[in-house]
Amino acid sequence: MSTHTTPDIAALSKGESIGTRTVEFTRGGLVRYAGASGDFNPIHWSPSMAQSVGLPGVIAHGMLTMGTAVQLVTDWCGDPGAVIDYQTRFTAMVPVADTTADGPDVPGARLEVTGKIGALNLEDGTVRVDLTVTDPAQGGAKILTKAQAVVRLAPGTGTGGDAQ
Amino acid sequence: MSVNPDVQGRSYPPSPPYQVSREKIREFAAAVQATHPAHTDLAAAQALGHPDLVAPPTFAVVIAQGAEAVVVKDPEANIDFTRVVHADERFTHHRPIVAGDELAATVTVESVKSLGGHSMITTRADIATTAGEPVSTVRSTLLVRGEES
Repeated sequence: MSTHTTPDIAALSKGESIGTRTVEFTRGGLVRYAGASGDFNPIHWSPSMAQSVGLPGVIAHGMLTMGTAVQLVTDWCGDPGAVIDYQTRFTAMVPVADTTADGPDVPGARLEVTGKIGALNLEDGTVRVDLTVTDPAQGGAKILTKAQAVVRLAPGTGTGGDAQ
Repeated sequence: MSVNPDVQGRSYPPSPPYQVSREKIREFAAAVQATHPAHTDLAAAQALGHPDLVAPPTFAVVIAQGAEAVVVKDPEANIDFTRVVHADERFTHHRPIVAGDELAATVTVESVKSLGGHSMITTRADIATTAGEPVSTVRSTLLVRGEES
């Protein structure tokens, strides 16, 4: 990762894929995200609490899915600070099975993330990446919709503050 | 009981200052499986022109969600937290959050809407340095499910 080349905005085209990846969640991973984010809602770690509010079981934080999915974009553009806007709608829940006894790395949920160029703005030096996040275990259900990240690839005329 | 529409437009005092540390950035990056070295390695972050470790794109949620709690706890807003579902989220970064930043969030209720028996409440957290430099704007919409009749 030491010599990453920033994608050349002039060479990109709308609809082009930026790649795809699989992300995996475990119960331990949910606890880790709860601690790191400060979101201790028990539906993300207590099976009995989740069931008491009508959920099938423990579900992943929507913000964990959102935060993990965008790594496809950061790794593609080469600078996490280049993501200037990122939004999503949460449409389906992600149940995470308790695989703790099977080993620390055995996933309890597995999502497919794909990204493609949704829009290009050569004047601003920005591109919009549209992410698709689906859960094969739920028949390919869309977990996020309108998941869009705007990335600054070239200096724009705006007021980006990190130019040095 | 649904969310009180009168809280639309209401602003709350800024949250207490939040000190962004390298260790918190590293911890959050690990939790969202962010492996880019700019989150963990100072030299890698500086090579990209950043003054210190760079926070992942959704790190601002730590500060925003903490600050949004004032709305959920506002008795006049009348939000039943056990009926809350996160509907959508948006981060707009005026510049990246980096270690060493001292930030505070000012939360405003942008809109309260009724949808069938449910309510949708959108909050905006304006995150700025304690010196007043705008850093991030975080919009969050919660769906508050109505009572079953």
